[in-house]
Amino acid sequence: MTHDRSRVSDRPFWSLDGLRLGAMLMAPALPGMMAFAIAVGATEARKGFAPIEAALMNLLVYAGASQMVAMEAWPQQLTLASIPALALLVATVNARMLLFGASLRPWLGPLPAWQIYPMLQLTTDPGWIICMRYRAKGGNDAGVFLGGALLVWVAWLATTAAGYLMGALIADPRKIALDLVLPIFFAAMLVPLWSGRGRRRAIAWAIAGAVALATERLVPGWWFVIAGALVGSLAEAFLEEARDA
Amino acid sequence: MPEVGHFGTVAAILAMAAASYAMRAGGFWLMAYVPLTARVRRMLEALPGTVVVATVLPIVVREGIPAALAIAAAGAAMLIRRNDLLAVLAGMAAAAAARAWLVT
Repeated sequence: MTHDRSRVSDRPFWSLDGLRLGAMLMAPALPGMMAFAIAVGATEARKGFAPIEAALMNLLVYAGASQMVAMEAWPQQLTLASIPALALLVATVNARMLLFGASLRPWLGPLPAWQIYPMLQLTTDPGWIICMRYRAKGGNDAGVFLGGALLVWVAWLATTAAGYLMGALIADPRKIALDLVLPIFFAAMLVPLWSGRGRRRAIAWAIAGAVALATERLVPGWWFVIAGALVGSLAEAFLEEARDA
Repeated sequence: MPEVGHFGTVAAILAMAAASYAMRAGGFWLMAYVPLTARVRRMLEALPGTVVVATVLPIVVREGIPAALAIAAAGAAMLIRRNDLLAVLAGMAAAAAARAWLVT
């Protein structure tokens, strides 16, 4: 079937083994993600969202950090004008995922759109970084994306619900560092991401960090991620070119 | 009127969901119209590292010593054992300990 043909060519393919591998690669990210999901669920309960509203948000918005930010900004009296404002807020917190999708294009682009666009709804930070790692090692099985994504999806829905029910039990998520789960996981990923690219990579990362810090100072919100990442990546692209030339 | 309130909340959630999906799918969609030259490819390949650095560094500066210790512990655990889970647990433990024992 397509499976065998694609393994010969350079096209991405789907396999059950890929689903399994994706879930396996994702497993280490689960405890941290679940801890964060409990904090999100607990916040939903504390802010007075009905169970069905909380479930809908966890299912459809499906982006914990942006949900936290939106719930912080949620007005006492919801007006028509506050709806697009909340949507815009969520878009800015999640704007980094534009970059995730863009970086998936060279890999998954050859697959038919109907296989990719529904799956993109399940994009997460750890899911993306794990796929990039797998792809950088030469992997080409799109099942890895889906397998990891489905595992996170199920765990997220179950754990946010548990957090909602536990509600006020978690008095202060900061105390057990739940607010730092994502940066900690990301920082751990720096070690395999470094992978011997040497000085050019160091320069690009330094630029990304400096631009992100400056943006964080000057612009409110989460723009620092996208600004730092874009400028740093552009720098790496042009630095390699300068060297090759 | 509680019905109206509930309806408004659901409408807001749906709008937020649409915004989220636009971000998730938008980058992939957009890159269909950008030719994948060698330079563009290199840029995209550099993104994982730069996204991570641009996310982590401002958070560390904002959160101070506990976050810095957490990142250091996670990095050290990863260097020594190459184990994602161990690294996250080490990082959280370091941050929780620092927050419990350090002033501020």
